Amino acid sequence: MSTLVALRGLKVSFAGQPALRGIDLSIAPGEALGLVGESGCGKSVTWLAALSLLPGKATIEGSATLGGEELIGAPARVLERVRGGRIAMIFQDPASSLNPVHRVGKQLAEALRLHRGLTGDAARAEAKRLFDLVGIPDAARRLDAYPHEFSGGQNQRVMIAMALAGQPEMLVADEPTTALDVTIQAQILDLLRSLRREFNMALVLISHDLGVVADTCDRVAVMYAGRIVEEAPVARLFAAPAHPYTRGLLGALPPITGPRRRLAAIPGGVPEPWAMPKGCAFAPRCAARIAACDAGVPSATELAPFHVAACLRAHEPAALEMEPA
Amino acid sequence: MRPDASLLDATGLVRRYEMRRGIFGAAVEVRAVDGVSLTLERGRTLGLVGESGCGKSTTGRLVLGLETPDAGSVAFEGKPMPPPGSAPWRALRARMQMVFQDPLGALDRRLTIGAQVREPLDIHEQGDAPARAAKVARLLAAVGLRPDQAARYPHELSGGQRQRAVLARALATDPALLVCDEPISALDVSIQAQVMNLLVDIQAEFGVAMLFISHDLRAVRQVSHRVAVMYLGRIVEEGEPDAVLHAPAHPYSQALVSAIPHPGKQGTRIVLQGDPPNPADRPTGCAFHPRCAAAVARCRAESPDLKARPDGRLVACHVAHAETALSRAA
Amino acid sequence: MLRFVASRLLRAAVTIVMVVTFAFVVLRLSGDPAQIIMGADAPPEAVDAFRTAWGLDQPVWVQYFHYFGAILSGDLGRSMRDGRDAIVLVVERIPATLALTLPALAIKLGLGIPAGIYAALHRNSPIDRALMILAVAGFTVPSFVLGLLLVLVFAVQLGWLPSGGQESWRHAILPVVTLGIGGAAVLARFTRSAMLEVLGQPYIRTASAKGVTWRDVVWGHALPNAAIPTVTIVGFMVGSLIAGAVVVESVFSWPGVGRLLVVAVGNRDLAVVQCVLLLVAMTMVSANLTVDLLYGALDPRLRSGARRSGAH
Repeated sequence: MSTLVALRGLKVSFAGQPALRGIDLSIAPGEALGLVGESGCGKSVTWLAALSLLPGKATIEGSATLGGEELIGAPARVLERVRGGRIAMIFQDPASSLNPVHRVGKQLAEALRLHRGLTGDAARAEAKRLFDLVGIPDAARRLDAYPHEFSGGQNQRVMIAMALAGQPEMLVADEPTTALDVTIQAQILDLLRSLRREFNMALVLISHDLGVVADTCDRVAVMYAGRIVEEAPVARLFAAPAHPYTRGLLGALPPITGPRRRLAAIPGGVPEPWAMPKGCAFAPRCAARIAACDAGVPSATELAPFHVAACLRAHEPAALEMEPA
Repeated sequence: MRPDASLLDATGLVRRYEMRRGIFGAAVEVRAVDGVSLTLERGRTLGLVGESGCGKSTTGRLVLGLETPDAGSVAFEGKPMPPPGSAPWRALRARMQMVFQDPLGALDRRLTIGAQVREPLDIHEQGDAPARAAKVARLLAAVGLRPDQAARYPHELSGGQRQRAVLARALATDPALLVCDEPISALDVSIQAQVMNLLVDIQAEFGVAMLFISHDLRAVRQVSHRVAVMYLGRIVEEGEPDAVLHAPAHPYSQALVSAIPHPGKQGTRIVLQGDPPNPADRPTGCAFHPRCAAAVARCRAESPDLKARPDGRLVACHVAHAETALSRAA
Repeated sequence: MLRFVASRLLRAAVTIVMVVTFAFVVLRLSGDPAQIIMGADAPPEAVDAFRTAWGLDQPVWVQYFHYFGAILSGDLGRSMRDGRDAIVLVVERIPATLALTLPALAIKLGLGIPAGIYAALHRNSPIDRALMILAVAGFTVPSFVLGLLLVLVFAVQLGWLPSGGQESWRHAILPVVTLGIGGAAVLARFTRSAMLEVLGQPYIRTASAKGVTWRDVVWGHALPNAAIPTVTIVGFMVGSLIAGAVVVESVFSWPGVGRLLVVAVGNRDLAVVQCVLLLVAMTMVSANLTVDLLYGALDPRLRSGARRSGAH
C-alpha cells in the first residue's frame, strides 16, 4: 500500500507545554481516516502543525511528508503550493471561516487562481461548476453573495467547494459538522462521502463524535492527551475496541436501541498539559490500571493486522470491562 | 395518568417577536413558538427535541414564566403563572429552576461554588444558618463534588464540575421542576455521559420533574420518559422515546432519527434537502411541507393539528393520520 | 435607504441645533459682552447704548428667536468688535487652519496606520513594544505641552525653526508636527488592536490554509476588515479639520479659525463664536454621516441585514 501522507514522531508544544507528544500516522491515497478524541487531545493541532498553520510560538518537531516531500520546516512557497493545492483543510465554524467582506465567488476564484491558474470567465465558470457539485442551488447568482447571506450548512458547502478548487489529493475536515444541526450534518457527511468517491480523494475526518466517523471512514485513530492510543479499521474498532479509553468512549454514547442502561462514564477528566502523568496518560482514570502503567508510556501493540493499541493490557479483553461510573 | 399528578400544564403557547430585515428593511413578525401545549408530570422527564429555530428554548422560558406568552397559558401546580418579576413569581422560583448550556456563564466568577449553591437558600430564607450549611454539603455530595470544592471558584473547575455545581444550585430549594436547556452540549463526550447519569440519579433522589431540551435525540432518549419533537415553533410528534425513535410517524422525526450518527446503524438514511427554515419566512400550511417527501396538496393549504393516533402517539401530519385511517379501514 | 439617510440627516440637524443653543445660552450666562467689548472704564450710557444696539437687553429667549430666524435666512450676525459679517470673518480664516490640519492629517494617516499595522504583524517584538510606548507617550502628552516642548527645543535651543506666526512655510512645521503626532499615536494604537483582532479570526486561517501568501493574507484579507473600525476614528479626525487646532493655533500664534474662536470667546463676540460653532458642528456631523454611509460600503453585513446564525 502506497503512502500519501506520513506523520512520524510529530511533536508540538506551546510555550513549553506539550500539546502533541509523538504522532505516527500514515494515510494512503483515497483512504478515509477518522481522527477521534475529546477537547485538548491534539487532533486539530496535528494537521495544523503538518501544514505549518500554527502561530509562531509553537515548536514543532518530527516529520510530516507528502508523497515523500517534507513539510515541516519547508519554505513558504512549498507550503503555499501544498496548502489547498494538494492538502486542503476545512474548519469547524463555517460562518466565521469565510471572509465577511469578500463575495464567496471571489474567495473561490482566489483558490482557482492560486492552484489552477484560472482567471476571469474561466474561473467564474469553474466556480459555478463547483457550487453545483456541492449542491448549492442557484449557483450563478449565489457566487455574488456574501457569507452572511448563507446558512451554516450552505457556508460549509462553500468551504468544501473552495477546498476542492485546488483539486487536492487529501482533504482534512476539522469537526466540519459540529456547529451544524443534525439533519444538515447528515447532508454534509453525505456530500463528503460522495465527493471522496468521485475524486478518489483521501479524507481525514476529525471529530469528537465516534458516531460521525462510523459511516464515513475506513479506519479510525483514537487520540488522548497528545498521542494516538488506538488505531483500527472502523468495523473492528466498534466490534472489538482494545484500549480502555476507546471502550470508555463507546460506553459513553447513549444507545438508541436496547434497554436503557446507566452509561459507562469514564471518571475524572483529561489531565492538564502541565500535569501530565509520567507513564500512560490515561492511567489515572483507567479501571484496568496496574503498576507497570505508571512506569512509562506504553508503545503500540499489534493486536491484529492494522489494529494497534497503546496499552499494556490490550491482549486481555476481560480485564478491560468498564464499570458504569 | 391521574389528573392531579400533572405538575405543569402549558396550553396553546404563542410567542412572537418583531424583527427588522437589515437597517432599511420592513418589520417582520417571527413566531418563535406557535401553539405549543405540553404537560409535565411530577418526577418525570419530558424531552424536547429539535434543531435551530424550532423554538424549544423559547418554550422552556415560557414554561418557567421568564417570558409572558402572547397567547395561551401556563399553570403550575394547578395555579396560573404570575407575571415575571412580580413577588408571587419570585417566590415561585423556589419551586422551579433552569440549567443552561454554558455552565461558566451561569456561575458568578467572583463567588465560590459553596456561596453560590447557598444563595438560593438565603434568598428564599429556608432554614437557619447551620441547616443551610448542612444542605449545601448534602447537595455537593449529591452531585458528585467533593466538600473541599465548595471553596473553589468557577474558573478553577472543569466544565463537567461546573455543570454539577449549577445543578447543585438549582436543586438547593427542592424545586419540583428543572428546565435543562442543552445542559450537556458544551461538554466532552465522556463528561456528557457523567452528567446524563447524574440527571437520572437526581431525579430518583429528589423526585424532581424535568424538561430536557436538546438537539441530541440520543441524549433525550437516555434521560426522558416522554419526548416531543418540535419544528418551527410547533410540536410535530410526541410519544414514548423508544417508540418515536424506532417507528417515527412524522416525516421530520423520521429524517431526524435517520440522521443520528451512530456506529452500526441499520437502514437507509433519509437525507433532508434544503436548510432549516427561517422562522421569519414561514411556509403556508404545514411548515415542513417544502422539505417533505410525502407532502400532498393538502399539506400546502392546511396546517395539521397535533392529534392522537389510536396507539397513543401524537402526530401533526395529514399523511400520517391518513395512513392510520387507511390501515384501520383495511 | 432613503429612510436611513433621512433619519441620519434629521439626527444631524438636531445635533447642530443643540450645539448652537447650548453655545447661545452659555455665552449669555457667562458675562456681559457689552461691558467687555466697551471696556471697564466706558461710561454706563455708552454700554447701555451698545446693548440696545445689539439687542442684548432683550430676554434671552427673544434673542434666541431672532437669532434662529436670522440663521434660517442666511444672516449669521456681525462681529461686535469690528462690525463685519461673522461668516466672512470665519471663512477668511479657514485656509490658514487647513494649512495646518490637512498636512497634520496626512501625518496622522501616513505615520499612524503603517505603524499600527507593523506593530500588529510583529506582535510582542521589541519594535512593537517601542512603537506602543511611543504611541502612549504621543497621545497622553497634551498638545500644548508638546507644542511648547518643540518650541523650546527647536526654536529656542537649536534655533532651527521659528516659534510663532505665519510668515513662511517654515512656520508651519512645528504646529503641523504637534498636531500630527497626537493623532498618529492614537491611530497607531487603534490600528494595531483592530489588526490583531482581525488576524485572530478563523477566516484568516482559512485563507492561509488555501495557500494564499502571507502578504496577500494581510493586504487582501486582513486589512479590509481592520479598516472598518479604523474608519470611525479617521472620520472623527476629518471632522475636526476645522476646529481641531484651537490649542495649537494659540500656542503658535497661528491666525486660523481656532485662534479666532478663542479671541471671540474672550470678547464675548457672540455672533462670531456662534458662527464658528455652527460651522464646526456641521463639519463634524457631516463627517459622522459620511462614516455611517461608508460603513455600509465597507461591511456588507450592514447592508442587507445579517441573519445571525446559530441560537434559536
